[in-house]
Amino acid sequence: MRSVIGGDMTRRMTGQGRFGAAVVTCVALLVLVGPVVWHADPAAPDIARANLRPVILALWDGGANTSWQHPLGTDQLGRDLLAQFMWGGRASLAVGMMAVLLALVLGTGIGVLAGINRRLDAPLMRLTDLFLSLPVLPLVLVAATLFRHPLRAALGPSGGVFLLIVGCIAITTWMPTARIVRGDVLALQERDFMRAARAMGAGPWRIIRRHILPNIASPILVSATLGLATAIITESALSFLGVGFPSDYPSWGRMMADAVQRMNLYPERVILPGLGISLTILGANALGDALRDRLEPRHKWI
Amino acid sequence: MIGFAVRRIVMAFPTLLAISFVVFMVLHLAPGDPMAQLPMSVPPDVRQRLRDALGLDQPALVQYGKWLVQLFWVEPLVVIDGWTQNSALLGWLPDTHFSDGYQRVISWQSKAPAMQVIAQRLPQTLHVVGGAYVIGSLLALPIGFYAAYRQFGLFDRVSTFGTMLGLALPPFFTGPLMILIFSIWLGWVPAVYDTTLSVTGWDSLKAQLAQMVLPVLVLSVQTTAQISRYVRVAVLDQLRLDFVRTARAKGAGDLRVLTGHVLRNAMIPIVTVLALGVPSVFGGAIITENVFLVNGIGHLLVSALQASDLPLVLTLTFLFAVIIVSCNIVADVLYRMLDPRIADA
Repeated sequence: MRSVIGGDMTRRMTGQGRFGAAVVTCVALLVLVGPVVWHADPAAPDIARANLRPVILALWDGGANTSWQHPLGTDQLGRDLLAQFMWGGRASLAVGMMAVLLALVLGTGIGVLAGINRRLDAPLMRLTDLFLSLPVLPLVLVAATLFRHPLRAALGPSGGVFLLIVGCIAITTWMPTARIVRGDVLALQERDFMRAARAMGAGPWRIIRRHILPNIASPILVSATLGLATAIITESALSFLGVGFPSDYPSWGRMMADAVQRMNLYPERVILPGLGISLTILGANALGDALRDRLEPRHKWI
Repeated sequence: MIGFAVRRIVMAFPTLLAISFVVFMVLHLAPGDPMAQLPMSVPPDVRQRLRDALGLDQPALVQYGKWLVQLFWVEPLVVIDGWTQNSALLGWLPDTHFSDGYQRVISWQSKAPAMQVIAQRLPQTLHVVGGAYVIGSLLALPIGFYAAYRQFGLFDRVSTFGTMLGLALPPFFTGPLMILIFSIWLGWVPAVYDTTLSVTGWDSLKAQLAQMVLPVLVLSVQTTAQISRYVRVAVLDQLRLDFVRTARAKGAGDLRVLTGHVLRNAMIPIVTVLALGVPSVFGGAIITENVFLVNGIGHLLVSALQASDLPLVLTLTFLFAVIIVSCNIVADVLYRMLDPRIADA
């Protein structure tokens, strides 16, 4: 069966695309399956074994304080770093994916609405322009700081912050998707099968579901892949500046922020989550670029 | 052309007004009494004056209107007064006192006018951001150009991978990493920006440059990566066109085709992208300044947020919006100037 996603998916991916897919899969597997294999509790303190270094340091530094019980070492409270890394990755990826999903729903909804309704088109596009000129990082920073305490009180420390960050990222990143979807929907309106569907009396909801959505699946997929990287960067930046996840439920960005203070003594605590973030972004961008070149060569995306 | 620029600037005011409304409402809808965060040592009369300055006891729309008046009417008056009283250029004019008796936007943290605080911090940001942007662009142009000229060649592959890598290294990772390598392990440059340093001679100039190297480097990694991708695509777009083939057919060498024909046309989208890219560097500066403790406006924003200094946060966020909108205008106007094919719409 030919895939709805452009029908070209069966063709060979470029080397870059395969590289990106492999990296993203590896990171996802590590953080999803990792905690199943590695049972250590990321939040369990063990003061007796605090500040252990990664075992690999023992290769050249015999005096390093290492233990096979904690292959990547422990933090100042003796919490296992490998477990923290995997659970932090879960938090980062979960925020990224939820934010992308929400942004896609928003962007696709507004784009489709603007594309099929002439009267709503102009106001919705002005709204998109307005959102595009909002200062995103300062505004998200402001919102994340000010709405933090009430949401935490209402939904619990991790749930409230999760919702807040996902919402902030989604509200500030849906615009490119909306623009591209609108353009595609406008182009689709003139196609014969759309005319035929309308002539046969199909309602707007059926037309959207059966004719529009399958045809705009590929730009949405490309948006999603490229948006994932942006979402993860934004989440990490917020956590790094201290308005993201709390220390007891750390994401990669939060782990870095906590570790920067003692970077000269324990550089691995900064480098490890940093590598996680960078690898995920690298993989998602490479995959997104390759998908775009394959599925959407006519669009000017950059 | 001037007509278009003026029209574009006039059109920007409704946008700015809408943005200022959004920013104000985000701050206003945040729950809690903004005065609750003030230290107990603030005397009641100052507290009341601060309340008056912000009109805190009034409805939201009135507060918003007052803030707009302070920002768009009182602050320009202060600037005019400053010109006629102190500046070398206009100091000969009789001293004006337009702004006397008006309440300015006051920062709660420093009890000074918010604009004055921002004006003190802005130069540091401009040095770091400006330096990073100039260096990043100057690096990106030849990289993108040569990569497109030898598409699929070794340099193209390496630089494409390099730009992917550059985009995947956010400033909050490269910042600590570079501090670790260049300050802690190698000890070449200071890790933390010395904000009290004033340039008086060669030694202090060297120290100033040394402490600027890392923040500028961190910011320019991102700029270089982003812009060289655009440059590569822009040049590739031109290389496909017929006039390039014509020029080659007429016997023009590679150098002549590239500099005489391709470069000029490719510069149109590149210049636009350069103008549009400025706001994102300011965004990156927020993080970089906090990593290196540079006392610019990004650092000011975060510290104002932590201190719940709402007037300052409001004014700073709006300033970032002004930067974005004015860069958009510059990009639009430049695009028209460079490409006469785009008719006045």
